[in-house]
Amino acid sequence: MARRIDQQQVRKVAKLSRLDLTDHELEEFTSQLGAILEYVEKMNKLNTDNVEPLAHCLPVSNVFREDCVKESIGTERALANAPERDESFFKVPKILDDGSGA
Amino acid sequence: MADLKYKVIVGLEIHVQLCTKSKMFCGCAVEFGAEPNSRVCPVCLGMPGVLPVMNKQAFEYAVMVGLALNCRIPMFTKWDRKSYYYPDLPKNYQISQYDLPLSENGYIEIPLESSQTKRIGIIRAHLEEDAGKNLHATGNFSQVDLNRTGTPLLEIVTEPDMNSGAEVRALAVELQRMVRFLGVSEADMQKGHMRFEPNINLIITRGDGEFRTPITEIKNLNSFRALERSVNYEAQRQLDEFIETGIVMEMGNKTTRGWDDEKEVTVLQREKEEAHDYRYFPDPDLVPVELTQQWLDEIKSRLCELPLKKQMRYVQEYCLSDYDAGVLTADRSTADFFDEAVKAGGEPKRLCNLITQTGLKITKEKNCSINDLSVTPQSLADLAKMVEDSIISAGSAATIFEAMVETGKEPDVLAQELNLIQKSDAGELEKIVDTVLMENPQAVEDVTSGGKKEKKAMGFLLGQVMQKTKGQANPKVVSEILAKKLG
Ligand SMILES: [Zn+2]
Repeated sequence: MARRIDQQQVRKVAKLSRLDLTDHELEEFTSQLGAILEYVEKMNKLNTDNVEPLAHCLPVSNVFREDCVKESIGTERALANAPERDESFFKVPKILDDGSGA
Repeated sequence: MADLKYKVIVGLEIHVQLCTKSKMFCGCAVEFGAEPNSRVCPVCLGMPGVLPVMNKQAFEYAVMVGLALNCRIPMFTKWDRKSYYYPDLPKNYQISQYDLPLSENGYIEIPLESSQTKRIGIIRAHLEEDAGKNLHATGNFSQVDLNRTGTPLLEIVTEPDMNSGAEVRALAVELQRMVRFLGVSEADMQKGHMRFEPNINLIITRGDGEFRTPITEIKNLNSFRALERSVNYEAQRQLDEFIETGIVMEMGNKTTRGWDDEKEVTVLQREKEEAHDYRYFPDPDLVPVELTQQWLDEIKSRLCELPLKKQMRYVQEYCLSDYDAGVLTADRSTADFFDEAVKAGGEPKRLCNLITQTGLKITKEKNCSINDLSVTPQSLADLAKMVEDSIISAGSAATIFEAMVETGKEPDVLAQELNLIQKSDAGELEKIVDTVLMENPQAVEDVTSGGKKEKKAMGFLLGQVMQKTKGQANPKVVSEILAKKLG
């Protein structure tokens, strides 16, 4: 059977996830992920012609909160775990491109 | 090159911040200018093990905009994760909507010059959370403030239906007016409540065929001026580039550019390959939203007459100029005030003049809304009626309006107090007219003998009466008396 995933793809996914893998890990994860994909592949044998796509695994919808302000935890506690801070800010390595995603 | 023609094609992505009190998935306050990182909690900080819960108000606001944009509102919508590694997004993903947005396939009418409108298609509008703010401190680091993280944003994507910087600007301005009318966003540009990303290219026709230039996207524009100018600049730049290189659009040659506000140029932004591999997948922490017809109807009932429609109605029904109608519908409180005053019996054109020439001058000075002036629409309608009935002059009406703002008194009371009631009592005016006629025999002569000087002399006599009554005589009545006495 053809391999479900190769090292090249695992390297790409790791890079996208900002993971730095050793050669050994790369090999290990490639075979583990391959096994998972092979297992999931069994699903493709099922006939799903009349099955609605599932958006969520729970049969629940419409869980809301009212638009009420609750107290935040405050700057000191927010920054307590930060590796580095600069006054009231998180301090991070210089961000080069300016194209924030949102 | 003489036969070269081109058409600019622009589609727009707009982010609008909704004016909820709390964030989209947690109870932290949405507050501009708070101390950095003071409006955060484990949910918006992206701590492990926390559970986001959707803000109902944000969802309903978003649906209102979808409806106002004439979109189809699906009864089922869900949340997806968009992978993104950036310090201003601590979860490493943004909660957004991918394949089942809450609204799609709509349109917006935008006003063009000379009362024309143009319909621009809306592909979709969906909800997502905002990221925090990166500040670029000096030195080799950046500062991150996460107060904005998790603020509800509506992303609106238009069809590439616009063909100039002016049209793009018109859409942006119309959208701002619309969301303000709906009361779902303050749409304050200074606070970054609206951000724009136009996608631009050209269709060029030349003797040897038709060509499309590569698409560029300009990121993060936050003023109407920058939006319009960057689109115009980019169109010219693409034209120049095409003439020089002949490069045309193909898969994968879309680029991203930034706008340099000072130099007024767009600048190529280098992005890492793979940067846009967002790997969307359904967010397992958030359950879908299912609308019912009843709920949708209830949200629909909160819509109001939209500004452009109102503006056009004012022009058609009340014969106001397009400009005046635009001023009245620039914000909801002014338009509502005007509508109420018309309902209370004021003559529309007269009310329009009072509001646009006096009312808005005062609100601008006081930096407040017309509702804050302690003048009710009914009182303003009464004032307008006094002018219509010739009880006061149009000039006095402005004076009385100003006094109403200062004192909170009713217009008839102020007209008395300020001695601005026009004298229409024929008996009293007749005496004054007699005096004027006695004092000006030459003018009387000119009128009675007829000829060239008659009209001018008549005007002179009328002016003398107005002067003697300090402008309080009703000119119509005075003219009648003069005509009678000299006729
Ligand atoms: Zn929070």
